[in-house]
Amino acid sequence: MNAATQGLVRLPVWRARFVLAALLAAFWVLGARSLYLQALQTDFLQEKGDARYSRLIEAPATRGRILDRNGEALAVSTPVKSVWAIPADAELSGAERRKLASLLALERNELAKKLADTSRDFVYLKRQVSPDIAESVEALGLKGIYQHREYRRYYPGGEVTAHVIGFTGVDDAGQEGIELAHQASLGGKPGSRRVIKDRLGRIVEDVESIREAQDGRDLTLSIDSKIQNLAFGALKTAVAQHHAKAGAIIALDVRTGEVLALANVPSYNPNNRANLSGAQLRNRVITDLFEPGSTLKPFTLALAIERGKLTPATLVQTAPGHLTIADYTIHDTHPGGTLNAAQVLQKSSNVGMAKIALSMPREAIWNLFRHVGFGTAPQLGFPGEAAGKLRHYRSWRPIEQATMAYGMGISVSLVQLAHAYTVFARDGELVPLSLVKTGTAARGEKLLSTETARAMRAMLELAVQPGGTGPRARIMGWRVAGKTGTAHKQENGGYAPDKFVASFVGFAPASAPRVVVAVMIDEPSAGEHYGGIVAAPVFAQVTQGALRMMGVPHDAPLEPLETPAEGEEAKENT
Amino acid sequence: MAKLNLLLLAVLVACAIGLVSSQHKARKLFSELEREQNRARDLDIEYGRLQLEASTWGLHSRVEKIATGTLRLRTPEPRRVRIVTPGAAR
Repeated sequence: MNAATQGLVRLPVWRARFVLAALLAAFWVLGARSLYLQALQTDFLQEKGDARYSRLIEAPATRGRILDRNGEALAVSTPVKSVWAIPADAELSGAERRKLASLLALERNELAKKLADTSRDFVYLKRQVSPDIAESVEALGLKGIYQHREYRRYYPGGEVTAHVIGFTGVDDAGQEGIELAHQASLGGKPGSRRVIKDRLGRIVEDVESIREAQDGRDLTLSIDSKIQNLAFGALKTAVAQHHAKAGAIIALDVRTGEVLALANVPSYNPNNRANLSGAQLRNRVITDLFEPGSTLKPFTLALAIERGKLTPATLVQTAPGHLTIADYTIHDTHPGGTLNAAQVLQKSSNVGMAKIALSMPREAIWNLFRHVGFGTAPQLGFPGEAAGKLRHYRSWRPIEQATMAYGMGISVSLVQLAHAYTVFARDGELVPLSLVKTGTAARGEKLLSTETARAMRAMLELAVQPGGTGPRARIMGWRVAGKTGTAHKQENGGYAPDKFVASFVGFAPASAPRVVVAVMIDEPSAGEHYGGIVAAPVFAQVTQGALRMMGVPHDAPLEPLETPAEGEEAKENT
Repeated sequence: MAKLNLLLLAVLVACAIGLVSSQHKARKLFSELEREQNRARDLDIEYGRLQLEASTWGLHSRVEKIATGTLRLRTPEPRRVRIVTPGAAR
């Protein structure tokens, strides 16, 4: 028992070895662990580390603005907030619910229903609320209620520009009109990038850009909002005054082929699209087809002059006021006797036009119609452009050749009609149309000789003089030229006896045309239905305003126009 | 030899401190840049909003109503309008 106290006791060697081995083993374990962490499991750890300070953030992109030709805004996106909830987290007291519902203008049971489905992780409570409402919702500090930023499109022009611009859906993608047609360039592409944030949430370093955000490009249209407003106002008044079903108007710049105004009635407010009907949405100028009636007469006549068949002074026998081909009879409203070609157009004689048309080969007429754009979509770059109906000449019967000369048996859209009239307004050139501002004079395809086009201008000017069908289209200070149209509407395969489409297509000033304006009024039913009475005044009002706004010099003396006495106006029936 | 090592050590420490401080500066500047970019975006949004407001105030129908109603303006008679072309101005 004294050995231990008397001297040093030798510990067994194996204990020291054991400790050494244990320590070495511990080092090995540590080494292996660090090798495992550093080399084998590095991705996972790196990720965990990154998650502490690096963030993937979204770089928002805004949708491009739509401007008119003078830079006035027609469609602008501004940010709004959308309020959403995680139903399982949203434990709200009754008072809180009441407050939230009243702020968001929701019914209380509607809100309760949205919050009841706790299996869902994401429920929109209200999309696109204004920033001040969003702020007061945030101030409530409710649990499980969140917000995120969205964009909302505003249209300051409202119903005036509704059909041209169209609108976007709630997800900021174009659904109608220009918004849809130019979605690719207007729509921005949101990007994302990886950044490093500091303790306070400030971004201190840009690590990498995963996708560059691309803002949508602004788009400048050819529309002049002043002329547009004037056109819409005049059309709306006329449609109301004549108890018409609908109306459409388009104004073109003759030099550039740009669309200056394009309006439809009925319209809608694109900022508030509740209770929209299909009739309101229809862009009649571009998508609706109608049988144009007499407004088509100048084309057949121009072809006859071009081919040397006749001159404006050539006499055409229109007595006795009707003409029977096969078993169909063509009538004139006012039998005219022997008229010269200019008077056939001025008085809008169907019989005269039928005779002129029958003196030419079918193929030539078909070719002209096709070349001025009937039967093919006008390539405006607008959704839903109608091509119109122009049958191949091989299937024409003689009666159809005659009726097509005065615009029956063929259907066109208003934009096609206005476009075709640029041939007369531009010395025989058909100019390509554009809804986007070009600002430069366009070059077109030459379809008629300069002489023919000038002769047609002179004849179309006669048609709006007293004694013609459209004296109400005249304006003080400028010479105008144009043609009226009054066509029976097609219904159930036949023509409705009491339903009409009144139209007027013309241009001014007649000496050197600058604008083409086409007006169409669908089913005027307040007593008058003639194009010269219903549509021509709209033309006059819009053309006068447009010429004034464009600063076009006068080419006629500034004297009050003598108005034809009641009953003296020539009226036509197609 | 030892002196040289000390010197190198001093240079190394200086470099390290320089690196840290320049990194710090870079981050500060970057966060400032970020702030300015956000401001630019906000201003752009503000511009859009103002453009919208200008369009709304300047609605042609509104201008017309005020011009004819409150201010009693009217379109001059065509006879009293002279249109001047740039070339013929003198």
